[in-house]
Amino acid sequence: MLDIELLSRLQFAFTISFHILFPTFSIGLATFLLIMEGCWLKTRDPLYLSICKFWTKVFALTFGMGVVAGIVMEFQLGTNWAGFTKKIGSVLGPLFTYEVLTAFFIEAGFLGVMLFGWEKVGRRLHYLSTCLVFCGVTISAFWILAANSWMQTPAGVIVTEHQFVVNNWWEVIFNPSTLSRYLHMMLSAYLSTGFAIAGICAYYLLKGKHLAFSKRCLAFILPALALLTVLQIGVGDKVGLVIHHHQPLKTAAIEGLWDTQRGAPFIIFAIPDQHQQKNLYSLAIPYAASLINTHQLKGKMIGLKTVSPSDQPYVPLVFFSFRIMVGIGLLMALVALIGLWLFFTQRLYSSRWFLRGCIFMSPTGFIALLAGWITSETGRQPWIVYNLIRTHEAVADITLSQISISFVALILVYLIIFCVFYIRYLGRILRQGPTAEVAPTDSVFRYLSTTEIK
Amino acid sequence: MMDNLAFIWILIIGFSILMYVILDGFTLGIGILLPWLNRQEREIAMSVVLPNWDGNQTWLVLGGAALYGAFPLAFSTILPILYLPLLLMVLALLFRGVAFEFHQKTKRGRKLWDSAFMLGSLGATLIQGIMLGAFVQGFVLATPNNALQWLTPFSLFTGCALVCGYTLLGASRLILKTENGLQEKMYRLAKLCAILVGCCLIITSIWTYWVHPVLPYQPWFFKDKLWLIGLLPLIGMLSLVGLFIALAKRQEWLPYWLTIGIFLCSYAGFIISVWPNIVPYSITIAQAAAPASSLTFMLIGAAIMLPVLLFYTWYSYHIFRGKIEQTIHY
Repeated sequence: MLDIELLSRLQFAFTISFHILFPTFSIGLATFLLIMEGCWLKTRDPLYLSICKFWTKVFALTFGMGVVAGIVMEFQLGTNWAGFTKKIGSVLGPLFTYEVLTAFFIEAGFLGVMLFGWEKVGRRLHYLSTCLVFCGVTISAFWILAANSWMQTPAGVIVTEHQFVVNNWWEVIFNPSTLSRYLHMMLSAYLSTGFAIAGICAYYLLKGKHLAFSKRCLAFILPALALLTVLQIGVGDKVGLVIHHHQPLKTAAIEGLWDTQRGAPFIIFAIPDQHQQKNLYSLAIPYAASLINTHQLKGKMIGLKTVSPSDQPYVPLVFFSFRIMVGIGLLMALVALIGLWLFFTQRLYSSRWFLRGCIFMSPTGFIALLAGWITSETGRQPWIVYNLIRTHEAVADITLSQISISFVALILVYLIIFCVFYIRYLGRILRQGPTAEVAPTDSVFRYLSTTEIK
Repeated sequence: MMDNLAFIWILIIGFSILMYVILDGFTLGIGILLPWLNRQEREIAMSVVLPNWDGNQTWLVLGGAALYGAFPLAFSTILPILYLPLLLMVLALLFRGVAFEFHQKTKRGRKLWDSAFMLGSLGATLIQGIMLGAFVQGFVLATPNNALQWLTPFSLFTGCALVCGYTLLGASRLILKTENGLQEKMYRLAKLCAILVGCCLIITSIWTYWVHPVLPYQPWFFKDKLWLIGLLPLIGMLSLVGLFIALAKRQEWLPYWLTIGIFLCSYAGFIISVWPNIVPYSITIAQAAAPASSLTFMLIGAAIMLPVLLFYTWYSYHIFRGKIEQTIHY
């Protein structure tokens, strides 16, 4: 059974890691487009229209990928995690249904207008479509984060022998970690997208192409990134407090703490050894972990050894992925602040070293995002619903050959489609670059001259 | 008797699947028709699909999510049994989806993505038909699951039948949306498809009698539905005859709606044959239903949102109504 469980987990991790990148990019782009199209409507500056049309192309491609990769996720919940579905389908299923009803249809219905309706509908109706698509992606993320947060900090249910019966939907949806984790996710979507946009514009500037376009984008993005990174550090701190309160063992794995102690140190680097239940080669800042997680210098931190090794998450994975996330996050804050400083001292567009740095930074947001998800999901183990359902109970009754076939097929297809062709066509859009738009003339009522009447 | 909540939810799920069949059905059908179209006609056919593409598939996602929430026992029983066909269907839909996106991004690679779109559409349709057949046959619940129980001559036949059905739907949709040469070509293809669909329906109806585990042995179980069982093929056949006449008279709207009529009759026949089971023929709809708190909570959302959804599904079709005169791009 272990092999089927492990393969099912790996397959899920693989497919969801690919999937999450597309919605993340879509959320960020939809928000960016919402702002840019708003600017266009207000100023009527054709440069904004050119920005909108260009990023809409990227958005369309990315959104389409997210939809098809998402269908795989939905079916997998049944095909591979039937034990999970059987018990909590009645809890999480309604949240997914609400996601489809309140988000997917709105996105799908108005995406067509947003992509192809520039000439078919009026400017206001088009902007309304963009707003609705933005609302769609924002709401959609909320439902998914609510469902995932419920698996971390379940609330509002009565556990019976076979099923979970919900007695308070408000508590299910707004469970203790929903809001902080949702904000954390949205901010990381904005940051990832922002750094991607900044990287692409920096590339154009370095190549000396699409200068007006790139400058206008960067002038918005860099101050926004500076603000967002600061906000994200604050929200990240809040998420840490919530996790420590509700999932102390996850915090212990994140911090690499084996023994319960007061005034726990923050370990900058170590190699956690699960067998010996201790860290090797550790380098630590005294009291810092307690300060971060409890906001008290002598705050009490639970150690991993309080439970048997079989009830502990796999520490090295949680420990390192957390450090990757935080490391990239701090780097992002640094880059964004330097960018802001260069922007205000009027040197942003000519600092080639900084523009190169932006290109380097462009994929890092997505890497941090994946690292964050790995921390969050592996830190919850061995539970699929924290303290209620173990992961091995959730596995479907399938054979090793079935899971092997599907895993190999998915890896092949995903690598071909997403790694080869998505990147290739994205590259093509980026190489073609934005096209200049002419200022639209408002259709003003006038009398036809006699020569025009036939 | 099952309680009302479960009944309402099976109606909603049934309705979502029906919407998917009708809306994505014509898209899949157009995909299958691609080999019969030349370069320019393909562009037009793709433009017919383009504006409503994502919305069409969302009905499948709604059906799936609602089944997950309202009948978790059914979702967790059926999906592992249909592991391989579902994997294939999802991969086919995935290929079709990316082929559709990438098709517009390339000139040289168009042939490749056209083929991928065609094969994806054909594969997804075939698998959907096979799963439909597997439902009618019923599932054997055992540990470990028999991984290939869905694959039988009957289910293969229903797979082919659905290919004919979706192709007919695609052809009649193209008749509605196009003009001149392409439209004329579609009139001829639709007629051929209609003949095939007629044959498939007759054979499936008779064959169902042999594979159905309840019908031949307990015909009295269906006694009070006899009038329905008699009426459905009658309406279906009348629609089919009407379709032939409409095609011969070069009607533009009627073929599409009559094809939908044929689909409705077949769908109703399918529901009657498995009723009241949700996992034929061992778990009933009532047994699989989620607790009332879940069904009620979901129903509040559905009651508010479904009318809105239907309105703007109609509206987004309304914006892009009329003949496709020129191909559209991003």
